[in-house]
Amino acid sequence: MNSTAAGMRARGLVAEQFDDVEQQRATSQFGMWVFLATEVLFFGVLFAGYAVCRVRNPEAFLLGSQHTEIVFGAVEAGILLLSSATITFAVNLIAFDQRRWVAALLVLTALLGVAFLVLHGVEYSHEYDEHLMVAVDFAQHGPHARGIELFFFLYYAMTLYHSLHVLVGVCVIMTMATLVWRRRIRAEYPTPLILAGLYWHLVDIVWIFLFPLMYLIGR
Amino acid sequence: MNATVLTPGFPELEPPRTFYTHKSGLLSWLLTTDHKRIAILYAITITLFFIMGGVAAAMMRINLVEPNGALLSPETYNKTFTFHGVVMVWFFLIPSIPATLGNFLLPLMIGARDLAFPRLNLFSWYLFVIGGGFTVTCLILGGVDTGWTFYTPYSTLFSNTNVILVAVGVFVTGFSTILTGLNFIVTTHKLRMPGMTWFKLPLFVWGMYAVSLVMVLATPVLAMTLSLIGLERVAHVGIFDPALGGDPLLFQHMFWFYSHPAVYIMILPAMGVVSEIIPCFARRKIFGYQFMVYALVGIAVIGFLVWGHHMFVAGMSPTAVLVFSILSFTIAVPSAIKVFNWTATLRRGQISFEAPMLYALGFVGLFMIGGMSGLMLAAPALDIPLHATYFVIAHFHYVMVGGTVMAYLGGIHYWWPKITGRLYSEAWAKFAAILMFFGFNFTFFPQYVLGYLGMPRRYHAYPPQFQLLNILSSAGASILAVSYLIPVLYLGWSLFQGARAGNNPWNARGLEWQTTSPPPKSNFLERPVVQKAYAYDEPAPGTPA
Repeated sequence: MNSTAAGMRARGLVAEQFDDVEQQRATSQFGMWVFLATEVLFFGVLFAGYAVCRVRNPEAFLLGSQHTEIVFGAVEAGILLLSSATITFAVNLIAFDQRRWVAALLVLTALLGVAFLVLHGVEYSHEYDEHLMVAVDFAQHGPHARGIELFFFLYYAMTLYHSLHVLVGVCVIMTMATLVWRRRIRAEYPTPLILAGLYWHLVDIVWIFLFPLMYLIGR
Repeated sequence: MNATVLTPGFPELEPPRTFYTHKSGLLSWLLTTDHKRIAILYAITITLFFIMGGVAAAMMRINLVEPNGALLSPETYNKTFTFHGVVMVWFFLIPSIPATLGNFLLPLMIGARDLAFPRLNLFSWYLFVIGGGFTVTCLILGGVDTGWTFYTPYSTLFSNTNVILVAVGVFVTGFSTILTGLNFIVTTHKLRMPGMTWFKLPLFVWGMYAVSLVMVLATPVLAMTLSLIGLERVAHVGIFDPALGGDPLLFQHMFWFYSHPAVYIMILPAMGVVSEIIPCFARRKIFGYQFMVYALVGIAVIGFLVWGHHMFVAGMSPTAVLVFSILSFTIAVPSAIKVFNWTATLRRGQISFEAPMLYALGFVGLFMIGGMSGLMLAAPALDIPLHATYFVIAHFHYVMVGGTVMAYLGGIHYWWPKITGRLYSEAWAKFAAILMFFGFNFTFFPQYVLGYLGMPRRYHAYPPQFQLLNILSSAGASILAVSYLIPVLYLGWSLFQGARAGNNPWNARGLEWQTTSPPPKSNFLERPVVQKAYAYDEPAPGTPA
């Protein structure tokens, strides 16, 4: 195959609005960074809401945090960190056209994402058993019950939005794995894979902030 | 005729291949990724929304002719002003200039073939149509009576209407705005043609760039805030409702963190349009180009820091009130720089008063009145008595309608020959522009007086002593409505019967005037020549000197 700039254009790898593949690469990456900025503000509202509510109900938030399951939270954090490592390897190996390795690492990343979702589901079911599920079955008593309910409202809002992002990430990464396997993404133009990696790291970073705020503060 | 008016230097095409004739059929429009076609899709859609919002406004003005409400029940009145606000803000004003003129012109002005992400651009339009259609359906079938601001605990506890559904509709539309902003930012950074440096960009492009920054950074906040309102209504637990341990002021902070910058989403593009029109019809380079750029970006940045002035009477601490008041005053500095520079551009110019220029001059005057009354509202001592009165209504309509809508129509007239390749009736256009200026002032100036006298906003009835001013305002609104209808007629006529415009009927500068009218699918048949911005002291490229 012809991997020169003109050859890549001829094979339809360069969209018509771009002069060359380099411009397309730089544009796509810049676009992803702008998108990630919007994501930061999207989650920023939740973090701001959390900050205000915690200042208003300091003790209830500590008590609420003690109801979370730290083992699950910690394992989930470990899983996401590991998955960031595996996708980083995949992004770096694509330069050497290690098709099988890259595809395998991507599938592993996606599986880790699925494991995260499954564990979180188990966690939710435990919380349901303990009558902590806001809006469905919430029964806590004592002076701080209202504040604990608020804590769990934010806990569900934030973790569900995060899990939604994990789910999207898993789908994107599986798509990337398929494209790599079919030689549609190769060393000559790995940009889609790099963009998927950037997105996945953001998902990871959000959890790095959620984990202490939800699981660690009361302990 | 059309072959002879083509500017020399461009190959004559028989028949002219424009982006209209490039492909035909409904599907070629619905599946297009051409920024010019998407701009036209947007233009049609937002015109429909403008008509809907306008009908709601007309209903309110008819109702307010009589002190006890001539037309609508109190509940219907509440739903009508909510409809008017939601539709006009999110489905007309915010997309108005960026999604139509911006979409069409941004790539042309920087010498690009398209936006950076053409499919994303089409996707934005679909999100807009889906979100808009859904919202309007919910508003008409059930209605929402909270006002466009969705204040808690109104929207969480007391309203029995379709708050969740409408919030979902606005949420979806928000993503359309975000993606448009993202596209514009990336396009401006990465797709400028060689030689088109940042300080050669037309101020319209700078306006689009500044507004895109605000769109991208503010709109996610609105999306998440509205989704929290929805969750709060579903779960009956929440962070905004005081009965549940939440904080209603927190909602107002988050809402205005978006919605105050959203005001600048509406006005920055208008400033960009006016900065193109005034130099063209004064035959002068814009005065203080670099300061105009800094002012645009400055307004976008400071616009993020002033949201608290909406909450002076909502229980904010006096210190916060003081800080937000001072910050709100500072935003007047870049705004004033712009007004002074537009005025200074006129000095020693060869001014001609074609329709776009009339709109632009109308904009400058009305924006100035709207802006000055904004300063009055930024002062806490005045804001406390004037808060939530018709004074506020008059203030933001001077900026939004007198400012943005005038500039939008000015831009439509200015670029109409480029977009359609046809001329419109200049006499009718001038008549409509002048009528609009008078109709507008007739409608909204009495509202300043009403607000000063203490008439509160959002009531379907009022004490009888306010009737005369309300009748004046409603009479003005009927003139305004006529002046909005006239352009629909003569522009529609021009579309089919107007004389061919040629490539550059205004003898304007800027790359968009160097291509054919309407432009070909790929925007340029020949590589355009980059001049310095507003080179009205130099001959246009391609014309014999």
